[in-house]
Amino acid sequence: MSADTDGDTGFYRRFQAGTSEGEQGLRPRSEVTAQELMREVGAVLRMSESDVAHLADLPDDDETMIINMGPQHPSTHGVLRLMLELQGETVLRCKPVIGYLHTGMEKTGEQLTYAQGSTNVTRMDYVSPLANELVFSMATEKLLGIADDIPDRAVWIRMLLAELNRMSSHLLFMATNGMDLGAVSMMIYGWREREEVLRFFQEVTGLRMNHNYIRPGGVAADLPAGWRDGVLNLLDMIPDRLDEYDILMTGQPIWRERLQGVGVITPTEALALGATGPILRSAGVEWDLRRDQPYLHYDEVDFDVVVGSFGDCFDRYAIRLAEIRESMKIVRQILDRMPGGDYRIQDKKVTPPPRARIDESMEALIHHFKIFTEGFKVPEGEAYVAVESPRGEIGCYIASDGSANPYRMHMRDPSFVNIQCLPHMMRGGLVADAVAVISSVDPVLGGVDR
Amino acid sequence: MTPGLAEGLGCSTAESHGQQVLFPSREQYLVLIGALADDGYSMCVDLTGVDYLEYPDRVLPEGVEAERFEVVVNLLDIGRRCRVRVRVQIPEADTSLASLFDLYPGTEAMEREVFDMFGVAFDSHPDLTRILMPEDWEGHPLRKDYDVGRIPVQFKEVRQ
Repeated sequence: MSADTDGDTGFYRRFQAGTSEGEQGLRPRSEVTAQELMREVGAVLRMSESDVAHLADLPDDDETMIINMGPQHPSTHGVLRLMLELQGETVLRCKPVIGYLHTGMEKTGEQLTYAQGSTNVTRMDYVSPLANELVFSMATEKLLGIADDIPDRAVWIRMLLAELNRMSSHLLFMATNGMDLGAVSMMIYGWREREEVLRFFQEVTGLRMNHNYIRPGGVAADLPAGWRDGVLNLLDMIPDRLDEYDILMTGQPIWRERLQGVGVITPTEALALGATGPILRSAGVEWDLRRDQPYLHYDEVDFDVVVGSFGDCFDRYAIRLAEIRESMKIVRQILDRMPGGDYRIQDKKVTPPPRARIDESMEALIHHFKIFTEGFKVPEGEAYVAVESPRGEIGCYIASDGSANPYRMHMRDPSFVNIQCLPHMMRGGLVADAVAVISSVDPVLGGVDR
Repeated sequence: MTPGLAEGLGCSTAESHGQQVLFPSREQYLVLIGALADDGYSMCVDLTGVDYLEYPDRVLPEGVEAERFEVVVNLLDIGRRCRVRVRVQIPEADTSLASLFDLYPGTEAMEREVFDMFGVAFDSHPDLTRILMPEDWEGHPLRKDYDVGRIPVQFKEVRQ
């Protein structure tokens, strides 16, 4: 319905004035040209113009309906709003509308010093905070030129926490994916196991989430006494629980029926859309930064990169389940390899003096004060560093003008890019499967909107 | 990257912390990215912008004129496991650039973000609207002359 005609459309005009995001939304079919429709689909599928010509013979406005899903919808994992064009129960087009959680964190990052930066970035993708801190710290260290001087123990601690974070994030996925598809008891089980991992994080970092533990130069504190028992407890408990998940979900005919062949994405589409992580691997592309562009000490541990073959929701579920087991394999090796030594670099420029020195030395006190008020200066230059977060490639691009604050700090968040896959996974599917598709992409809106 | 690819197009190159960086002009930009796409860079992982208003004297290779805005593109070659970064200068007077949508459809959201945050317009982008800010927002928040906290809350409903 167009708002420019008088009469009975007056009601709709009032209705439209109440919503504020018309232009960003999905436009009715009558306002979209066939050319635009073809471009939207054809560019991603790498189709020739004759191949996409049939897309123009689609129903007109009377037969289709545009509905809003979200932003307040339990299966949208936060505040993702999808506009779906439906013909009966079939999804013809879909458009994600985002920004509801935007708080300008990249702008905030320019106001904070590098020493404060981890506190900011950890709140972006709040389900994998340690991956955010890790990539920010690594980018800062690259600019400082100390990337190769980080003590071994700090590197292994970072790896331990990154892998445990991958487990906690995938366990949360198990919970939400189960609940979205009607296996409601899964919500409790997944959350229960994740909480055990977070309890360990709390012992190590002091906080369940938003840790600010991995910082430029190393980590904030050494592992506490008894950390090894904490990890061993997790490694004892989780494998049995994962076997229970297999019984509850993996082998169930209903579960398979809901996921297999749903939300299929091809390798070409995934690459064209810049999808990374489990989505790219579900399409059969073997790409994992931990193996293919190793950082930390990932080249020294043994693990498998799990890939799917059908690119459907079931593959993405199975990949994440298998990745929890792979992460546990890595964690076991880290337990054997964890060296002694310092947990942060002893570079006076970056590292504050030990607490004991502050009591006896005026210089140490001044030094401590300066690092926490002015921060440390980072040489001019720019760098992009990427690591494999549970959701895919998380990258940090920092441009430095030589001051103590990043001139520009950009986070390439995997969820932001990955949700572009939704329209392509949903096209032609049922509206009931839309929930399965959103869930299998596993977006975290804190990371999408930043 | 295949040696000589950037030089063949007359485009400056540099290395920054072990990462390869190319500096095409706006005219070379689309040709260069197209050549890189053909060369095996199958994925555009990131596209972002920087406003160099307060930092005009940054180090650039010879022959590259510093302008106020920069668009930074990160490409990835999965086969050879290598990356390349492309930085293109965009003058304040004409903030427009060719869209990469037809080469890498995944840049759709990233270009919208750069448009939203910096006001760089991408020619022939299929849907150049704001993505993170509300559609009636004024200004581009990540520009350096856009103050922090200048307007605490700005909603259409409030202004009416």
